[in-house]
Amino acid sequence: MNSTREVTENIPTVYEQMIARGVSRRDFMKFCAWMGAYLGVESSGIAQIAKAIETKRRIPVVWLHFQECTCCSESFLRSSHPIVADILLDKISLDYTETLQAAAGFQAEEILQDIITKHKGEYLMLVEGSVPLAADGCYCVVGGKSAIDTVKEVAAGAKAIVAWGNCACSGCVQAANPNPTRATPINAIIKDKPIVNVQGCPPIAEVMAGVLVHLLTFDRLPQMDSLGRPKAFYSRRVHDTCYRRPNYDAGLFVETFDDENAKKGYCLYKVGCRGPSTYNSCGTIRWNNGVSYPIQSGHPCIGCSEAKFWDNGPFYQRLTNFPGFGIEATADKIGLAVGAAAVGGALAHAVLTNVRKRDTIGEQPGEDNQKLDPNPTAAEDPKKS
Amino acid sequence: MNGSINGSHDYARVYVWEQPVRWFHWINAVTVIVLGATGWLIANPPAFMSETEASFSYWFGDVRFIHFAAAYVFTANFAFRLYWSLVGNKYSKWRNFFPLRRAQIRQIGDVLKVDILQSTQKPVHTVGHNSMAYFTYAGTGLLTVFQIASGFALYAPMSESWFPALFTWVMPLFGSEFSLRIFHYAVMWAFTVFTIIHVYLVFYHDYVEGHGVLSSMVGGWKFLEKKTIAAEEASGISPYPSKPTTPAPVAPTQVAKIN
Repeated sequence: MNSTREVTENIPTVYEQMIARGVSRRDFMKFCAWMGAYLGVESSGIAQIAKAIETKRRIPVVWLHFQECTCCSESFLRSSHPIVADILLDKISLDYTETLQAAAGFQAEEILQDIITKHKGEYLMLVEGSVPLAADGCYCVVGGKSAIDTVKEVAAGAKAIVAWGNCACSGCVQAANPNPTRATPINAIIKDKPIVNVQGCPPIAEVMAGVLVHLLTFDRLPQMDSLGRPKAFYSRRVHDTCYRRPNYDAGLFVETFDDENAKKGYCLYKVGCRGPSTYNSCGTIRWNNGVSYPIQSGHPCIGCSEAKFWDNGPFYQRLTNFPGFGIEATADKIGLAVGAAAVGGALAHAVLTNVRKRDTIGEQPGEDNQKLDPNPTAAEDPKKS
Repeated sequence: MNGSINGSHDYARVYVWEQPVRWFHWINAVTVIVLGATGWLIANPPAFMSETEASFSYWFGDVRFIHFAAAYVFTANFAFRLYWSLVGNKYSKWRNFFPLRRAQIRQIGDVLKVDILQSTQKPVHTVGHNSMAYFTYAGTGLLTVFQIASGFALYAPMSESWFPALFTWVMPLFGSEFSLRIFHYAVMWAFTVFTIIHVYLVFYHDYVEGHGVLSSMVGGWKFLEKKTIAAEEASGISPYPSKPTTPAPVAPTQVAKIN
């Protein structure tokens, strides 16, 4: 307990802490090379990373937990390179984090207050989970404070915010329709701080580590896309890096999960794969030490790193329910119904036209088929249309 | 009998649809059909192949390529039509498409009564489109803009060209590509329904009114009574004068009398 507070006050560099824990120089350099590769920097950048970790004081970090399942933390702990979690979680992040901190109760809350007062403007705020706004935020209260109050208080003095996972980036399952607690992502609450959205349910461990290393090394935000996601990891769709992509281009599709095409490893597009509209690194970094990822295991991508992926169901259909038309109403069903109505309406209208307008079809104003006047001038009646 | 009709009705041939308008119409028709067909295939690819290796074919990639290529033609064509609505003749001018004047709104009511509900027999004769049709095309124009914007927004990540990049702002409005894709796809159905009604109504008007509206999109000419044309000019609906000149009735730009 006391040691945690000392760490906060007398900050050593990350490297010093690693060496103190018995990490070899060789392993340290390996780690830097890994991170450089993930971040997509040149080989010269690796030295920069090493230097930053050697010399920079560790950044005070607050890791907040709200409406979530903690799968982001779990994912991070399973980072493929053991030192990643070790350094980043143990040595960087553990000033305050409900799940893993040793402190509890008043002590824990005191640490949080310590950080936000002593390191105002310096600390990183990492958020896992969404914030409920309904009923004055009573659906998520930690240490007697509602999530929304904590977020605003901690964000006020934060240098930058990292939103971990789909909950913090776009609300995930608890924000799915009808969103009873009004679960809200961080970027919809905090507008005046830089926010990095690290999407996914959970995000890939290496991606999380990569983002932290980037913040530590370069002391500025990584390059981000229009949705605030770091481009290094979210600039390409799962589809673009999918090893089954040639089957897609060739029009070879799995129809059902137990057909011959599934055994052959054809494209999972027709069984609902969200790869073509999902931005993530699953196809390249993969999961669990790069062992596999959903598509490799024969399961379509469910698009867990995209906003509203729970509402874009069912997962195993390519064309899903069209919003606003209730369940089981795909764009195809609605379109076919309206199209059929249009054809039927046209046919009925054609019949009606022939009945109602039998006398006037092809007639011009002034004409009158009933009695064609032999006198031309009579038809010139000023019967304006 | 024929003699009496010709005698009583002084017909004129009016050049309504200029060549650029006709080119626009048919290029638009072809691209909409191609985009709709390929778009439907992209959403519902038939799995007609199995027992083969991916290296031997690329048909789905080709379908997508055709979709993207047709999209560029569709966009350029639409941009040209927007330009033509500034410089074209009075029947193709942009102002026709917005029913802001009372006469236009009244005509929309008349068209609904005469042609759709058929509660009255008195036909609405217009030289260009009727106000209802113009207004409908303003709607399809909006759908076109949406399809272009959403389509290129979806295409932008696959492209390094500057043009699709202009539309990347659309995606965040819909939250995710997946949501945007559903709307992009649904509008394909809107175009399908429009096409059904549009084709039917063209046949209907040609059949009922006999102005040659069906062939007018090929040759540009319509056949109307001179006094209908004069009445139209006076009402100021379709032949909306580009600048206030002498009071109506103004003679139509190109009129040739039928022998």
